Amino acid sequence: MTISIDPQKTNNESLQPKGWFRYFSFSLDHKVIGIQYLVCGFLFYLIGGTLASAIRIELASPMSDFMPRDVYNQVLTLHGTIMIFLWIVPVVNGAFGNYLIPFYVGARDMAFPRLNAVAFWLIPPSGLMLVASYFVEGAAQAGWTAYPPLSITTPQSGQIIWIMSVILLGGSSIFGGINFIATIIKLRRPGLKLMQLPMYCWAMLGTSLLVVLSTPVLAGTLILLSFDIIANTGFFNPVLGGNVVVYQHLFWFYSHPAVYIMVLPAFGLVSEILPVHARKPLFGYTTMVFSIMGIVVLGLVVWAHHMFTSGTPPWMRLFFTIATAFIAVPTGIKFFNWVATLWGGKISINSAMLFSCGFIINFVFGGITGVALAQVPFDIHVHDTYFVVAHFHYIVYGGTVFIIFSSIYHWFPKVTGKMLNEKLGILHFIITFIGFNLCFAPQHWLGLNGMPRRVAEYDPQFQFVNQISSLGALLMAISTIPFLINVFLSVRNGKNAGDNPWNALTPEWLTSSPPPVENWEGEAPLVEEPYGYGKKISKQK
Amino acid sequence: MTTLDSSKEIQKNNSQVNETHEDFRMFGLITFLIADGMTFAGFFAAYLTYKAVNPLPDGAIYELELPIPTLNTILLLVSSATFHKAGKALLKDKNSDSQKWLFFTAFLGIIFLICQLFEYFHLPFGLTDNLFASTFYALTGFHGLHVTLGTLMILIIAWQSRINGGRLTSQNMFPLEAVELYWHFVDGIWVVLFIILYLL
Repeated sequence: MTISIDPQKTNNESLQPKGWFRYFSFSLDHKVIGIQYLVCGFLFYLIGGTLASAIRIELASPMSDFMPRDVYNQVLTLHGTIMIFLWIVPVVNGAFGNYLIPFYVGARDMAFPRLNAVAFWLIPPSGLMLVASYFVEGAAQAGWTAYPPLSITTPQSGQIIWIMSVILLGGSSIFGGINFIATIIKLRRPGLKLMQLPMYCWAMLGTSLLVVLSTPVLAGTLILLSFDIIANTGFFNPVLGGNVVVYQHLFWFYSHPAVYIMVLPAFGLVSEILPVHARKPLFGYTTMVFSIMGIVVLGLVVWAHHMFTSGTPPWMRLFFTIATAFIAVPTGIKFFNWVATLWGGKISINSAMLFSCGFIINFVFGGITGVALAQVPFDIHVHDTYFVVAHFHYIVYGGTVFIIFSSIYHWFPKVTGKMLNEKLGILHFIITFIGFNLCFAPQHWLGLNGMPRRVAEYDPQFQFVNQISSLGALLMAISTIPFLINVFLSVRNGKNAGDNPWNALTPEWLTSSPPPVENWEGEAPLVEEPYGYGKKISKQK
Repeated sequence: MTTLDSSKEIQKNNSQVNETHEDFRMFGLITFLIADGMTFAGFFAAYLTYKAVNPLPDGAIYELELPIPTLNTILLLVSSATFHKAGKALLKDKNSDSQKWLFFTAFLGIIFLICQLFEYFHLPFGLTDNLFASTFYALTGFHGLHVTLGTLMILIIAWQSRINGGRLTSQNMFPLEAVELYWHFVDGIWVVLFIILYLL
């Protein structure tokens, strides 16, 4: 059965609010929704970043003198939850996915535009609810993992608000995932084959599969946890005969794939950005596709490597160590493919390229510590120390956030029709890169020497290294300033970008900047070689 | 002025291009049902793990009677068949027949819920008595929520299949097909739940 698009309806769609107001409306345009995700996510990034600064100020001295210990616990819980569920997941999936995927598959919008708008509008209320929980008897204190029995014994109202908020955000994520899968599989332009899609489509397909398969488990687990808190059941409460390890298994069944939900789209985005600025085809397209799908499959069966100290039996440790080590293979393939894409290319050193290269450097470092952490003896030594903090910040900040900034520099001309200032952009990169490495590299040393994470006080012998780390955090906070100045100046009076300032070949650059409602005037172009730099370009038109 | 002109041109182009695409609403629904099924999978995994590693304290009551759940299984299986009949009837443009079958299906769903509540009130354990009791109520309660939503949706499409002014016709079968798939899914989950919870 086919559906024909009613021209009457199409006209009604274009009667939606125009100008700035549309960004505050229940718009069905995938581009508007993408920007809504990005700006909303960035506001929460600023809140989460403020909380991170508070953590680093507290840790500049060994005693808990900046804030009381329970406030410190609330701050670190909110920091983790906001950064993961309200900044990285919505932005790297929702924002760029909504903006780019319809272009890449040659469609006028996402498969389910209304569901798409619902998915976005779930985010601001649940985010505000989470932030507001601080004023209701204190926010959740059990960390973003909310392990029982800690989450059952700490003040209840904050924890319940946290659970409601995370379930709503999970729902938003599932709706988005369903939409992406349907768009990529079913809404492709006739004639466009799966193996001709830009890499970001594959990354989003893999990510959305993980979202659809694993997020519901988290929602179910949190429902059981909320019963433990409000109805006095004993699912995860050892005092009432429950089992905390079951919570950990169910939680990590979502939260390990969540790492890939945060980083796979970044893999896709960097695969779009590198070929454009190196003027070379993406190296090893097919191997990239298979590595993404390999990561999706392996990513679902490695969760217990977070639980080596939770009394896991030896066979489980063995299985999860080997499975985790195997993930290094597809990830390594991708890493070498990016390096090979750059190899011998005509590289332009601009902000987008610099952030992408920063990503490659940071990510390989985070990847190596990840393989190290998969080994049981080493993991037991550094479990719950700052080594783990350093490892995952190298993945999610050094990896994903660098790519978010890279993508903003890359696609800003398409979204607004204006170029960003390159000098401010390079300044932004330098401060971010130095600040980030200054902040998190010393934490490896702290962890190896046994400084536990999530504690407001520490042994005075660690003070000097912690102060270096806090100095790095200060630089990271400062680095936001040139970026914000750059965006505000460029939106108002940046240089006009033209339709295709980077001479890129992927489909979103073949329409005007900013693109019209419904993406193309006339039929969508058929792009058979999105990475055909240096060859057969005449075939594109 | 220029923007106005160009937007008019887009509208003109849009009405000229007669674009069609496949109906993927069912595809989206199936994806959603897979996600929903994963929630149940999580609950089942938790239940089975508890059964394997967490022995109940001495004297804990966890006996279940079989007659009511067996009756409930039969009710749901029959309701799946009657729903199928409703779809068949609508396909032949027999709207009033279809409506009757839909109301009958909803009726079976309501009887199921009443039986479930009856069982709840006559069980010898409460929600917080022991781990088995908590898991039992969480699983059957979450499934009951699905049946409740399904019954409401069946009543809505039964109303929509009315002869004068109804939206549901043999040309627009999707609402019925979607609810039918959801209902079969809820049925299937019940069969799995019945086997794992009552028979194992």
